[in-house]
Amino acid sequence: MDWILTPLTYEFMQRGLLASLMVGVICAVVGCYVVLRSMAFMGDALAHAILPGVAIAYLLKGDMLIGALVAAILVALGIGFLSRQGTIKEDTAIGILFAGALALGVALISTIKTYALDLTHILFGNVLGVSVSDLWLTAILGLIVLTTIVLLYKEFLVISFDPVLAATLRLPTELLRNILLILLALTIVVSLQTVGIGLVAAMLVTPGATAFLLTRRLPTMMVIAALIGAFSSIAGLYASFYINVASGAVVVLIATAIFLLAFLFAPTRGIVWRARREHKEVIDLAQT
Amino acid sequence: MSTGSKPFPAYLQIEKVSLAYNGQPVLREISFTIPHGARVAVVGPNGAGKSTLFKALVGLLPVRAGQIFLHGQPLGRHKQCVAYIPQREQVDWNFPVTVYDVVMMGRYGHLGWLRRPRPIDRAMVARCLGQMQIADLARAPIGELSGGQQQRVFLARALAQEPHILLMDEPFTGVDVATQQTALELLTHLQSQEVTVLVSTHDLNLAATRFERVLLLNRRVIAFGDAAHVFTPEHITQAFGTRTLMLDGKAGIVVDECCPPE
Repeated sequence: MDWILTPLTYEFMQRGLLASLMVGVICAVVGCYVVLRSMAFMGDALAHAILPGVAIAYLLKGDMLIGALVAAILVALGIGFLSRQGTIKEDTAIGILFAGALALGVALISTIKTYALDLTHILFGNVLGVSVSDLWLTAILGLIVLTTIVLLYKEFLVISFDPVLAATLRLPTELLRNILLILLALTIVVSLQTVGIGLVAAMLVTPGATAFLLTRRLPTMMVIAALIGAFSSIAGLYASFYINVASGAVVVLIATAIFLLAFLFAPTRGIVWRARREHKEVIDLAQT
Repeated sequence: MSTGSKPFPAYLQIEKVSLAYNGQPVLREISFTIPHGARVAVVGPNGAGKSTLFKALVGLLPVRAGQIFLHGQPLGRHKQCVAYIPQREQVDWNFPVTVYDVVMMGRYGHLGWLRRPRPIDRAMVARCLGQMQIADLARAPIGELSGGQQQRVFLARALAQEPHILLMDEPFTGVDVATQQTALELLTHLQSQEVTVLVSTHDLNLAATRFERVLLLNRRVIAFGDAAHVFTPEHITQAFGTRTLMLDGKAGIVVDECCPPE
C-alpha cells in the first residue's frame, strides 16, 4: 500500500489529486451533454479561445482564470450570434472564432518578453502547481456547474432530446442553450490547470462517449462518466508521479484506453458483442 | 382531463394566416375554424404545407401574418395546450432515455421549472403506458423498440400531456396494423374527452372513412368540411394536379406518394 500513500506525503500531490478529481468529475458530467448534443468541436474551440483571455489578464496583472472565463463566455456567445443569423453554419462560425482567438492569444503572448507566462502550462496544464486558492475556485465553479445541471435536468433533457417538445412547452430554448454554453465555458476554465486547453476536449468527450456505450439512461450515463473521469484523473496523476510523464497526457491516455475497451467489449453496443450476435444470427438462419 | 374550467369558446381558429419556411412562403392567407373535439385529417400533396401548419401550431414557426386563436385567445397563452407526435424519423432513437422517461416528458409542461415529478405525474404516466399497452416496456431503452412500439411511446406521451389539441404527423405510415388500430382507437378515446385532433396523412381512404372532417391543403385551403364535400373531382385536381387520373370525368385516382426526404 505504500505506493498509494507515498505521493500523498507531498502537499503538491494532495492538491494536484484533489484538483484532478474535481475536474475529472465536472468535465465528465458536462461532457455527457457535449456528446449527446454533438458539441465536441465547440468544446475544443472554446478551450483554445480562452488563450487571449489568459494573456490579457496577465498583461493587466489580473487573475488569469477570470480572464479565461470572460474570453470563453464571449466566444461562446459570439459563436451563437454568428450562426443565429443563418448566413453561416455553426461549425463554420466555430472554426473562424476558434482560429482567430487562438491567433490573438499567441500574438499577445509573443509580446510578453519575460516568458514568465509559460505557454506549455496553459496548453497542457500544470497540475502540480495548483494553489489552495485555485482549489477553492475549482470547487466553487464545479459546484455551480453541477448544481445547475441537476436543477435544469428536465429542461436540458428536453432541448437535447426533442426540440419540438421544447417549443410546444414554450421553453426558452435559446436561453437554455446559452446557459449550457456558459457551463461548458466554466468547465473548460476549471480544467485549465490540470489537463490544459490542448487536452480538455478529450476529458469532455471521452468519459461521456464511454458511458454512452455502457448505459441507456442519462442519469446513469452521467454517473458512469464521472467515475471514469475521476478514475482516469487519479490514475494518471499517480502514473506521472512514478514514471515521470506529463500528467495531463497520461490522464487522457488512460481515459482513451477505457473508451477503447468499452468500444470493443461493451455489452450490446461493443463491436465484439455485436459481431458475435450477427455471427449467431447467420448460423441460426443457416440452420432453419 | 385535468382542466375542468376550459375557457370558452372552445375552438381552434385560424384567421388569414400566412406561413413561410426557410424564407419561402408556403401557406398564404389560410382561414378555417375547428370546433373543439373534432377529428380532422389534413391531406394534400408533398410540399402542400401540412408540416408547416403543424410547426406553426406548435410554436416552432413564427406566424408571419394573420392570427391563430385557441379558445378565443392567441396561441401560446396556455402552454400545455398543444401536443405534437413527431414523425419517427425525427427522433434520435440512440438517445439514452427509457420509454418511461419519454412519457414522463409529457408531464413537464404541468410541472414547471425546477420541479420533480409528483406521485400524480407518475400515476398518469403509468396509466398512459397501460392504455397504449406498453406498460411492460417502461424500463426499455427507446432504441430497442419496434416501429409500432416506438409509435405507441409517443402516443402515450401525448396522452400524458393532457392536451386540448393533438397534432399527429403521419402516424399511420410504416407501423403495423395493430399499432394503426391502437392509434385509431386512441382518436376515438380522445374525442370522448373533447380533444381536438389534427392528423396529417397520405392515406386518403383512411381520411375519408375515419375522420369527420378533412382539410385539403395545397399552399392554401382547397376545401374543408366532411369527406363527401371535400373529395370532389375539382378539389382533388386542384390539390394534386397532374397526379390525378380522371375516370369518366367523375372518380379520380390520386397517386400520392408518401414522405420523401425534405
